[in-house]
Amino acid sequence: MTRATLHALLSHWWRNPLQLFTLLAGLALATALWSGVQAINAEASASYDAAAATLGEGQFDQLTARDGGTIPQATYVALRRAGWQVSPVVEGRLNGVRVVGLDPLTAPGGLGPITVSDGVEINTFLSGGGQVFGRAEMLDRLPDIGAQPVSAPDVAPGTVLTDIGLAQELLGRDGVITRLIVVPEQPLGRPSLAEVSPDLTRQVAQGTNDLGRLTDSFHLNLTAFGLLSFAVGIFIVNGAIGLAFEQRRPVVRTLRALGVPLRSLMILMAAELAVMALVAGAIGVALGYVIASLLLPDVAATLQGLYGQTVSGTLQLRPVWWLSGLAIALGGTALAAASAFWRLAKMPLLAGGSRRALSMAAGRTAQVQGVLAAILLICAAGLALVADGMVTGFALLGTLLIGAALALPLILDRVLALAAWLSRGIRAQWFWADTRQQLPGLSLALAALLLAMAANVGVSTMVSSFRLTFVGFLDQRLASELYVTAEDAAQADALTAYAADRVDAILPIQSADTQVRDLPTEVFGARIGPTYTDNWTFLTATDAPWQRVADGGGILINEQLARRTGLALRDTVPIMDTTFTVAGIYGDYGNPIGQAILSEDVFATLYPDVNALQFGLRLPPDSVAAFRADLTRDLGISEGAMINQAGIKQFSLDVFDRTFTVTTALNVLTLAVAGFAILMSLLTLAALRVPQLAPAWAMGMTRRSLGVVELIRAVILAVFTAAIAMPLGLALAWALLSVVNVAAFGWKLPMFLFPADYARLGLFALVAAALAALWPAWRLASTPPADLLKVFSNER
Amino acid sequence: MLLTVTDLHKGYASADGQITVLDGVSLSLNAGETLALTGESGSGKSTLLHLIGGLDSAYRGQILLDGVDLTALNDADRAALRRGTVGVVFQQFNLIPSLKVADNISFQARLADRHDAAWCAQLANRMGLDAQLDKYPEQLSGGQQQRVALARTLAPRPKLVLADEPTGNLDEETAATVLALMLDLVRDTGAGLLMVTHSQALAGQMQRQIHLRKGRIA
Repeated sequence: MTRATLHALLSHWWRNPLQLFTLLAGLALATALWSGVQAINAEASASYDAAAATLGEGQFDQLTARDGGTIPQATYVALRRAGWQVSPVVEGRLNGVRVVGLDPLTAPGGLGPITVSDGVEINTFLSGGGQVFGRAEMLDRLPDIGAQPVSAPDVAPGTVLTDIGLAQELLGRDGVITRLIVVPEQPLGRPSLAEVSPDLTRQVAQGTNDLGRLTDSFHLNLTAFGLLSFAVGIFIVNGAIGLAFEQRRPVVRTLRALGVPLRSLMILMAAELAVMALVAGAIGVALGYVIASLLLPDVAATLQGLYGQTVSGTLQLRPVWWLSGLAIALGGTALAAASAFWRLAKMPLLAGGSRRALSMAAGRTAQVQGVLAAILLICAAGLALVADGMVTGFALLGTLLIGAALALPLILDRVLALAAWLSRGIRAQWFWADTRQQLPGLSLALAALLLAMAANVGVSTMVSSFRLTFVGFLDQRLASELYVTAEDAAQADALTAYAADRVDAILPIQSADTQVRDLPTEVFGARIGPTYTDNWTFLTATDAPWQRVADGGGILINEQLARRTGLALRDTVPIMDTTFTVAGIYGDYGNPIGQAILSEDVFATLYPDVNALQFGLRLPPDSVAAFRADLTRDLGISEGAMINQAGIKQFSLDVFDRTFTVTTALNVLTLAVAGFAILMSLLTLAALRVPQLAPAWAMGMTRRSLGVVELIRAVILAVFTAAIAMPLGLALAWALLSVVNVAAFGWKLPMFLFPADYARLGLFALVAAALAALWPAWRLASTPPADLLKVFSNER
Repeated sequence: MLLTVTDLHKGYASADGQITVLDGVSLSLNAGETLALTGESGSGKSTLLHLIGGLDSAYRGQILLDGVDLTALNDADRAALRRGTVGVVFQQFNLIPSLKVADNISFQARLADRHDAAWCAQLANRMGLDAQLDKYPEQLSGGQQQRVALARTLAPRPKLVLADEPTGNLDEETAATVLALMLDLVRDTGAGLLMVTHSQALAGQMQRQIHLRKGRIA
């Protein structure tokens, strides 16, 4: 019995290959977009873990030189003798590769290659002539150094590890240490750092949480897009399964009438779908791998640019990833098929024999759908008022988008009913009535189009608003025409003396790390002058904020610090036992951590050991090139230590533009999937259309005009959907800019509108809908008259 | 006795209240016997047929088919009954559109694990379907489709054939051909035949006739 039943069930797909293709393609696309994003996230996550595990970044407190320079070997020895459990690290770059030298004997557990690779020979590693660990592509970039390269894929991207002695030799830094890692367990009663080594400063392990949160936000954004794409794909699958089940209702009835128990039938149909889900899932995972491979370099650039996190640009196949891809394909299919199975289980054996119109089913569920949509949209409105974090932000996005998708068919139905009511002439009335009848069959594809367009409008509004704000911000913050970095304090002094009479202003860039209300904060000392007072704009400020800072009692803080610590204007901020009053809050886009600005004099009092090594120089733009040459000739400052303002701006904008390449790519993919959904819906509905259109043909409409009508119908439905997608997209943009962005990055962006972009997007959607409808319309126009006649001879 | 129906009652709830479809129907049928069930539309003919075939349930009274009381059967048992004991010929043919004619003919026999290739071939031959075996149902005429449905019903050699207006969708000439084939084959297999029909001419070819009126035997 099982074999015969399965044969009958499967034969449906062989006879309807297009439906099978729709199902497999929809599921494969959904899985591909989802697993592609997951692959990127998994790769990034593995890179963070590798960085933390191999370098101790963010894990351990560190000792660094107060003047930002290197640490003499003698200082390290003195600390060890005093009982400090510290481990030396030397770092530098060789052929673009970050070379990190560790001392494996003193490094805290879990650091270095000892746990990275099983093939490590400790003696070789310690010999100083021994082994260098890293990813193959990094090892290839190293010159011949006489050491044994050992491939270790788990070492942080862009980095090689080796013994500290070999690293010092390679980097030409004999006897010098870059930083000291402080082992968590320290003996009690050891002397303080100030007593043993006053030139060192201790950096408390930080950044991991903060940076982790930020990168988590980025990945959450990607995941949200992956989910959105997956949802669009599942719409396709749901449509395909729904239609397939609908078309197989008579067969199911016949099978049951011939003695196949309902339970066996459902088990077989579930097994059939599960196999398809696994096949489509496997295809999807493979496609996802391709997508991830293409997007990963841009993601890596984004993370590097935004957060300074290094992520490998190459993808590895991780079992967890492809297994989860298959699982999501199975889960998605189960989700998409749930309602179809429910209807099948509830279908009486002696249900009406005629093929049930889709509109009847939709009519029964319309009420429930309307209530659900209303509840979700009301929830979205409520969340818009109170949302203030990532979870509530994404809940807002979810309720808004799902509510709108559910409401779409109901809104379109009302619009079409109104159009029918307003229309004059029998053809127009028939057209609107017929379009309305098609709506249930197309509603899933239209919902997919709605979501894709809304996501496009929302994200492009966010990105464009961000870019506009960012450009203005760069103009404000990068006011100096030339930026110069001195090698040491002596060169810095020489530079300031040399430039004093040759430039309009010298603006030292000096900073120190501190904590404000437990938040890691960078404090800057600014030489207040027209560059600041004329160029800076504040989100909010007291009267004459710069004057208050210059007077010594005022402090300026960035938006991130204000939001995360709850600081507001005129609040007090203690720094190094001195209390300051917040005089202004400024936008600081792209900076992951808190920042505060004091006057240069106050800063010097608080941090007497910090010397500015970087300077902004104000001079006429046309003098920049000549002055750079002078600095090189007279002070020996290398070209690499000088950057033009234009260069920095371009670099910043390049970083920015790459930042959103990924979301743009996902947007385009989502729109393409929506177009595919429309195509597949129209194709699968085409068979059902013949009986509906045959009477119109019999009454005098040509097949060609019926085809044209089908095309116009698709475009008109896309127009209506686009009209609804625009405000939805703007609502999405608002939620992204005002809720999600604030939670993710700590800053709120002003929202700008870009009507030309929206018009172009609307045009794309119409073209996509027209292209999707072209083939089905052509097929309909080419339907042989004999097929149309069969409708009347009851032989279909 | 192959089939005994005793005091069968069946009703439906509707917006206008309870509607009685069958009101104390009793009948019997021997193996190899043919019986026509006639009556106006809504007289309960199809409902009676569905109850006897195990396609419908929830009734009052008793149906004994081949010694089995259908009242006591659950869904799975009724499905087994439909597979092995009963064969139903529908007015709408109800072929499986995605299976070829040959597969449609052998389908129910395979479900019942009683597939006999020689018997299926013989059925196809007698139905004049030899040239159509590789075609799909949609490529056949209505008469041919009904012959396929008939062959499918007889392939597992059911003890009772139930036919619900089997020629209702066919022209007069084709209907006569199909009916003649059905009677021949039923006689050859020794099955009982209970046929619902509007046509007195068709009913006249059965050994016995029962007329239903408003749920009762007239």
